[in-house]
Amino acid sequence: MIKSLNLRAFMVSILLTAILLLGWSLVTQPGGSASSKVSPEYAAMMGGNSANKSGLPTPAEFWHTVRDQLSDPFYDHGPNDKGIGIQLGYSLARVLAGFVLAALLAIPLGFLLGMSPVMQRAFNPFIQLLKPISPLAWMPLALYTIKDASASAIFVIFICSLWPMLINTAYGVGSVRQEWLNVARTLEVPALRKVFLVILPAAAPTILVGMRISMGIAWLVIVAAEMLVGGTGIGYFVWNEWNNLSLTNVIFAVLMIGAVGMLLDMLFGWMSRLVAYKD
Amino acid sequence: MTTDYLTVEDLSRVFPGSRGQAPLVVFEHIHFGIGQGEFVCIVGHSGCGKSTILNVLAGLDKPSSGVVVMDGREVSGPSLDRGVVFQGHALLPWLSVTKNIEFAVKSRWPDWAAAKVHKHCRQFIDLVGLTGSEHKKPFELSGGMKQRVGIARAFSIQPKMLLLDEPFGALDALTRGVIQDELLKICAATGQTVFMITHDVDEALLLSDKIILMTNGPRARIAEIVVNTLPHSRTRHDIHKDPQYYRIRNHLVDFLVTRSRELSHIAATDIEQRYPPEVRPGEEIDETISMRQQAARPPVLYAI
Repeated sequence: MIKSLNLRAFMVSILLTAILLLGWSLVTQPGGSASSKVSPEYAAMMGGNSANKSGLPTPAEFWHTVRDQLSDPFYDHGPNDKGIGIQLGYSLARVLAGFVLAALLAIPLGFLLGMSPVMQRAFNPFIQLLKPISPLAWMPLALYTIKDASASAIFVIFICSLWPMLINTAYGVGSVRQEWLNVARTLEVPALRKVFLVILPAAAPTILVGMRISMGIAWLVIVAAEMLVGGTGIGYFVWNEWNNLSLTNVIFAVLMIGAVGMLLDMLFGWMSRLVAYKD
Repeated sequence: MTTDYLTVEDLSRVFPGSRGQAPLVVFEHIHFGIGQGEFVCIVGHSGCGKSTILNVLAGLDKPSSGVVVMDGREVSGPSLDRGVVFQGHALLPWLSVTKNIEFAVKSRWPDWAAAKVHKHCRQFIDLVGLTGSEHKKPFELSGGMKQRVGIARAFSIQPKMLLLDEPFGALDALTRGVIQDELLKICAATGQTVFMITHDVDEALLLSDKIILMTNGPRARIAEIVVNTLPHSRTRHDIHKDPQYYRIRNHLVDFLVTRSRELSHIAATDIEQRYPPEVRPGEEIDETISMRQQAARPPVLYAI
């Protein structure tokens, strides 16, 4: 039954892909109805020989770009012409740096808040106030104080990854079942041993949910942050290709952002399964 | 009372009332003792503070007044000297059966080598009949098996005293019987001192030497202590053949059905609280003798 369910879902997915490709071909067909909606001036601006097109690439043109880009993803022809792999690498490195820094602060602090109701209450107003701030709003302050564009992008990732990890760790640690803690107490388990052998495994699934949310947000934010700071990274690449009026590359980059985000999420999904336990 | 291994003196527990409500006195003036190697059951309706008493004995809860002394030392917090079998088994679900027991053994003897820990755990896994399920996680086990792990874990640290909080409450009758037999066997073999909460009169009769009867809460107190006069060699299969069985059983059921409620409205004297009457249902003659012997203690006797 499950097999046939998967199979049926897969067939529908294929169908959806076909419909999307068909729609795309129709819209971008030379001389198609879409061209009439675009003023000749705009069409001319989008590239001389595409006056009778929508300005968007056809699926075939797009496929050529994808193949070219992916066949040599790590080339480096100067600041404005780097392969997609290099750009994604820069973005991933920044996300990783900001995320790890955030985890190093959020998880121990979350343990403190989860284990101490006083600390939980004392920190709560700060968390509630700082959490809803758009991470990009920190950018001017970061640029002013850190005085380095790339480090500022890392700081923005740090600040946006912090909250979900902190809140989830505090919640997970605070809701460890009293009976498990009582077991540790009756066995006179020392504090550190209790933290690592009882509380950490008990709270790990909740902590990982926080990390997964943080990573998702970090990957959303890095694109915007790199559009602001420029230089390198996938966000910069998108903006640069827009300035080059290469919609093909923009679409390609957008899809790559989606693919990498999906892979990151799958990675955390896999890690969640490692620490999951059934009660 | 000085010979008792564990002594409870004038224990009471008051929960502060929330938002202007009067504080709740769960129980007060609780006095009793448990001798070494004795198996004591406590019976009473929900809300009489049985679990709270057990938690105080375990050191997990602090009494509002009174002291618990075990082996000459005041109980001031949880200790490896007292093993607890929790009502909801309380196994760590991310650890296998062996690892759950090893966690306890390593806490008891941190200096032991891995091989020694493992061998020790094996012994207790075999003891409760879980051989073959060592590497299963708790969710793969039935309720009865989980409770056996809980028992093995409590026994494995070789505590001076075992505290059981309604350990078989959630089990089906058949499984319960099997584990009761095993517990009886293990306790007989090790001479373990046990304090156990139960709702099951038959379970109390099978396992215990002494049954503490609590009046209904709030302000619950010990109504009396029933001495289980059934022979020690009793088993689940022949216990009901002893004529004495029904005399004690009727006494207990009668207490739970009517007297626990009636007695909760009657204030006990200081002396009754300090020396709760010991009764031996069905052995009136013995009681008369003991009454003459202990003229200083005027117990209220209820006999069938």
